[in-house]
Amino acid sequence: MVVDIQTDTLVKVERLKKLFPVSRGMFRAVKNYLHAVDDVSFEIKKGEILGLAGESGCGKTTTGKLLVRLEEPTEGHIFLNGVDIATLEGRDLKKFRRNVQMIFQDPYESLNPRMTIYDTVAEPLAVQRIGNIVERQERVAEMLSVVGLTPPESFLFRFPHELSGGQRQRVAIARAIALNPAFIVADEPTSMLDVSIRTGVMKLMMELREKFEISYLYITHDLSVARYMCDRIAIMYLGKIVEMGETEEVIQNPLHPYARALLSAVPIPDPNYKREAIEIKGGVGKPIDPNPQCRFLDRCPVAVPHCEEAPHPPLEDKGGGHYAACYEVK
Amino acid sequence: MALLEVENLTMHYTTKKGDVQAVDGVSFSLERGEALGLVGESGCGKTSIAICLLKLLPENAKILDGHIYFNDQDLVPLGEKEIRKIRWKGISMIFQAAMNSLNPVYKVGDQIIEAIRNHERISEEAARERVAELFQLVGLNPERMDHYPHEYSGGMKQRAIIAMALACNPEIIIADEPTTALDVIVQDRILAEMNKIREKLNMGMMYISHDIAVIAEVSKRIGVMYAGKMAEFADTVTIFKHPAHPYTYALMNSFPSLRGEKRELQTVVGEPPDLLNPPTGCRFHPRCPYATPPCEKEEPRWEEIEPGHFIACWNPLRH
Repeated sequence: MVVDIQTDTLVKVERLKKLFPVSRGMFRAVKNYLHAVDDVSFEIKKGEILGLAGESGCGKTTTGKLLVRLEEPTEGHIFLNGVDIATLEGRDLKKFRRNVQMIFQDPYESLNPRMTIYDTVAEPLAVQRIGNIVERQERVAEMLSVVGLTPPESFLFRFPHELSGGQRQRVAIARAIALNPAFIVADEPTSMLDVSIRTGVMKLMMELREKFEISYLYITHDLSVARYMCDRIAIMYLGKIVEMGETEEVIQNPLHPYARALLSAVPIPDPNYKREAIEIKGGVGKPIDPNPQCRFLDRCPVAVPHCEEAPHPPLEDKGGGHYAACYEVK
Repeated sequence: MALLEVENLTMHYTTKKGDVQAVDGVSFSLERGEALGLVGESGCGKTSIAICLLKLLPENAKILDGHIYFNDQDLVPLGEKEIRKIRWKGISMIFQAAMNSLNPVYKVGDQIIEAIRNHERISEEAARERVAELFQLVGLNPERMDHYPHEYSGGMKQRAIIAMALACNPEIIIADEPTTALDVIVQDRILAEMNKIREKLNMGMMYISHDIAVIAEVSKRIGVMYAGKMAEFADTVTIFKHPAHPYTYALMNSFPSLRGEKRELQTVVGEPPDLLNPPTGCRFHPRCPYATPPCEKEEPRWEEIEPGHFIACWNPLRH
């Protein structure tokens, strides 16, 4: 299936859904489903960084895995350059794998401890049969310089355990960009790193975007980091996007009651700043066979009787590309 | 004298490769009712300080120098038997990721009752009553005592751990990354709760965290650690608004904030040093943009540059 899209759109996600079966005991039939990603739609432009934020269990990592086809969607479509990625097979699928890469949270686990840095970064080139050995060696050295591991010769034949966390994450980034991808899903790439190292990795990822016109889906629980990294941001709650818009607009002027509470709870590294306290009751549950009403209904401070009867509110443009899924936001 | 006075504390770990100089000449104090923050990156020695204070040292760790005065009594020379009287009753600790260390096969209330009865000779009923009070204090429904850990959410487990730390009415609680594994809304509630408890019981609380924003919000005074040394120690506003140590300055400016002007984030070049073989002179000099020749050779002294503002640096920043 091919759809007509605007030329500057790279990724288009349409009504994406992923349900996981939950069994209630070893020998019982599956009766319940966890709605990890539930009717999610968004677009990412060429060279754009879209942030996907939310608390643990909100479905942000599952969304990321669906986008790189590490998980198959239950329903919905993902288009890359207008082509539905679910239909890809054989050579086209291999080409897709080249075009789309993922960077994981923990560089202590995402690198093979028995492979040298050279082997790690060269592996995708070998899998895709790109270049001969000499060309691959050159490419690996070039990628290591690009990510700031210089001089590359001093890193090529080292093993991950000889590197620090920040250096390892740079290796993971080098591996991801070796194939010249158009799109990278970065799942909490800096949350394991120390502060003084983290900024360097954040800046590197932004530089790569400029240099190679890479688009990112930047998954993070840290909204302060998202403010620096992302052009636009989407906030998820229990499998649904509840708010989406330009990063600064969402952060300074959140519309959805959940986004407001979430943003108000982020500590500010300024002792003179007094945060406005917006309390919400209860905690995050699990979206196992959720009610058809708004997912946030039981915790919502602004719910009205209409919310009890209506289905989950659609994600609507409330003006200027600032989307919110709430009946009470006009 | 302050409730807790740490003087020139030095602790090393012996390893096959040599001595790891984890804590080196660290001094600070904590007053009754005060919230103190200890901030620094991984491996800077902040948790090592905590285990010195409780003398929960692993076999290969040794306090080589310094004093830890708690209520005017030096804890360093005390033997295991004497320190047991202070542990939990005088100074207690919330360990990093402690909420995952609750025993899954015992009821949460029973685990706290056991902890109390290990330290005090009181009846099971009295201990049970105490736990019920503690649950209320930390914002848990006392009915939850008879539930198992898997029936608790992450935030509730952390509250139970705080209740456990409070069980023997300590004068000081050390909280090592108390909210790191929690989501931000839950973190906000737990920190507010701890603040209330501190004020109500007039306890000293020492927060240890890598998260500068959390430390900024909870602490009155802050110690900034780098590579086993205290780099700077002052009240929170001074640390954030007029840091004198280049490392403090870099750290404060490398941290993104949700509010205020979106300024350029600083990067600190290089990596924190290996404490098996730390740099000579000032341990920060290889990464310091202001380093001068003396910084390489001689260790800067720990000095009070203005009342209550301590720093170890040859070229302090002036604002």
